[in-house]
Amino acid sequence: MKILVCISHVPDTTSKINFTEGDTKFDTNGVQFVINPNDEFGLTRAMWFKEKQGASVDVVNVGGAETEPTLRKALAIGADSAIRVNTPATDGYQVAKELAKVVEDGGYDLVIAGRESIDYNGGMVPGMLAQLLKANFINNCISLEVDGENAKAIREIDGGKETLTASLPLVIGGQKGLVEESDLRIPNMRGIMQARKKPLNVVEAADTSVKTEAVKFEKPAPKGDVKLVDPDNLDELIDLLHNEAKAI
Amino acid sequence: MSVLVYIESEEGKFKKASYEVASYAKGVADKMGTSVTAIAFNAGDVSELGKYGVDKVLNVTNDKLKNFNAEAYSDAVKQAAEKEGSKVVVLSQSANSKYLAPLLAVQLEAGYASNVVGLPESTDPFTVKRTAFTNKAFNFTKITTDVKVIGLSKNAYGLKEAQADAASEDFSPNLSEEDFSVNVESVDKATNKVTIADAEVVVSGGRGLKGPENWGMVEEMADILGAATACSKPVSDMGWRPHSEHVGQTGKPVASNLYIAIGISGAIQHLAGINAAKTKVVINNDPEAPFFKAADYGIVGDAFEVVPRLNEKLKEFKEKNA
Ligand SMILES: Cc1cc2nc3c(=O)[nH]c(=O)nc-3n(C[C@H](O)[C@H](O)[C@H](O)COP(=O)(O)OP(=O)(O)OC[C@H]3O[C@@H](n4cnc5c(N)ncnc54)[C@H](O)[C@@H]3O)c2cc1C
Ligand SMILES: Nc1ncnc2c1ncn2[C@@H]1O[C@H](COP(=O)(O)O)[C@@H](O)[C@H]1O
Repeated sequence: MKILVCISHVPDTTSKINFTEGDTKFDTNGVQFVINPNDEFGLTRAMWFKEKQGASVDVVNVGGAETEPTLRKALAIGADSAIRVNTPATDGYQVAKELAKVVEDGGYDLVIAGRESIDYNGGMVPGMLAQLLKANFINNCISLEVDGENAKAIREIDGGKETLTASLPLVIGGQKGLVEESDLRIPNMRGIMQARKKPLNVVEAADTSVKTEAVKFEKPAPKGDVKLVDPDNLDELIDLLHNEAKAI
Repeated sequence: MSVLVYIESEEGKFKKASYEVASYAKGVADKMGTSVTAIAFNAGDVSELGKYGVDKVLNVTNDKLKNFNAEAYSDAVKQAAEKEGSKVVVLSQSANSKYLAPLLAVQLEAGYASNVVGLPESTDPFTVKRTAFTNKAFNFTKITTDVKVIGLSKNAYGLKEAQADAASEDFSPNLSEEDFSVNVESVDKATNKVTIADAEVVVSGGRGLKGPENWGMVEEMADILGAATACSKPVSDMGWRPHSEHVGQTGKPVASNLYIAIGISGAIQHLAGINAAKTKVVINNDPEAPFFKAADYGIVGDAFEVVPRLNEKLKEFKEKNA
């Protein structure tokens, strides 16, 4: 089985979010970038397939040279090789189209992406990719098993879960649950050394047309101070929730 | 030309989120000088949609569509959009809608904006405001395609009444074998519990509650308020509560009207997932807990004293306002 894990390169959640150039660009100054948390679960699940079922695992990112340390980290965790499509990721559709080309050229059977990135595409890429490939798609995946050509997955739904089956080729949008958090891999020294020698292939973008453009960013208005209510005066809280916040 | 809205139903009944997307579609249609068409699957009586400005309902009745199926539903919505000549398709951001929307966008060659929080700033160019960076910022997105797909964040627009006909019309999309190549084998869903996704109020407990045996008062509060129960990550990691209750960056997102946090410190990864809740109340005995900076109302006090008393007060309030 040939597996491709899509890696989105995102600011760590604890980062301060600021914008520059008249609020049109994300200010990367001092921001630590990481593998998108949902992709970390997917990558670890892919390593399990590699070790238990003899799969090969490549990772891919659509982005500029600045994302290479993130791809190297994925290599250090155990991926065999990395691909970077050399173009800034500006629109979910554009990214999906580049990824579709990588999947077709590489003949991958299983594509593991994340449910969503914690920056701003907001859960677009995996579904679009699947549709472009005419491959099966399962989102919000919390469990995935593959037996030959057949996959069995569990998907989280509002208020429960659902068990699904589909044949390969398959794209999933994965999340926590694909593996337990305690099983997430952290690169060790040996992995980091090996990662330096693993191939990281840069390919040029095929088509840069987009369907959406992020024109501007805005920070939420500063929140007013918390209103503290005396624990001996709980009627006041009820009054505030009812009359001021209209929440009960 | 009419704005098309995808209406979700469960066992033939609409959810509040369905009325919210209908209201929003009406808002967009007014801006564009057009009408609203809804598409609903196995929904039964659709007349209620008329209250929220829906002029026409394409009513799909098909046993093969009993369970949600992203590919088949997307194909049906696509055909509805083509039939109506719709330039804008509106969906909620439920787990199912988020599954369907990107498929639909590719089928319609449409630009898709998810997590949208309000009516378009302008319809030409078509620009919408969305949340970004786990609710720490907003992003204005311009959609440059002829057809647009909009995913509306829960509780971002609210319900707006506007009387219309909701004239029901049977609609039978052409579905193929390929639409059903992902099979739903089984669905496992708690039926009589308020889910975090649907709840108006979420009551959440953290490590400050010391152990699973102390959750009775949390469940009681949820009962009184008709709320869903939730918890912080360490609480589910330690097995005090089921994983399905874990909210935050790595858990479920919360966008309820009210979020009550009891014995939760307010770590950034927790807040990332609950920031979208409208009103936040924190009960914590440490006045320095970071949650007080993110909350609207706070009580500095011992949960074991405050919560049982608050429950009594809430009960009285509910009885009076029933
Ligand atoms: C990558 C990553 C992802 C994460 N994702 C999430 C996530 O999705 N969701 C999440 O919740 N966390 C997440 N975390 C963990 C997060 O950083 C915090 O550790 C966690 O939220 C703390 O949980 P807590 O507030 O229940 O516990 P604590 O931080 O231990 O806080 C307990 C609070 O209870 C108060 N307290 C104690 N006794 C009482 C009492 N008698 N009455 C009232 N208050 C009392 C204390 O003052 C304290 O503020 C993540 C962390 C990482 C690194
Ligand atoms: N620029 C990118 N390069 C590679 N994969 C990506 C990129 N952007 C998004 N993805 C994948 O798509 C998933 C969902 O991202 P998004 O649609 O941005 O929310 C991520 O978890 C990644 O697996």
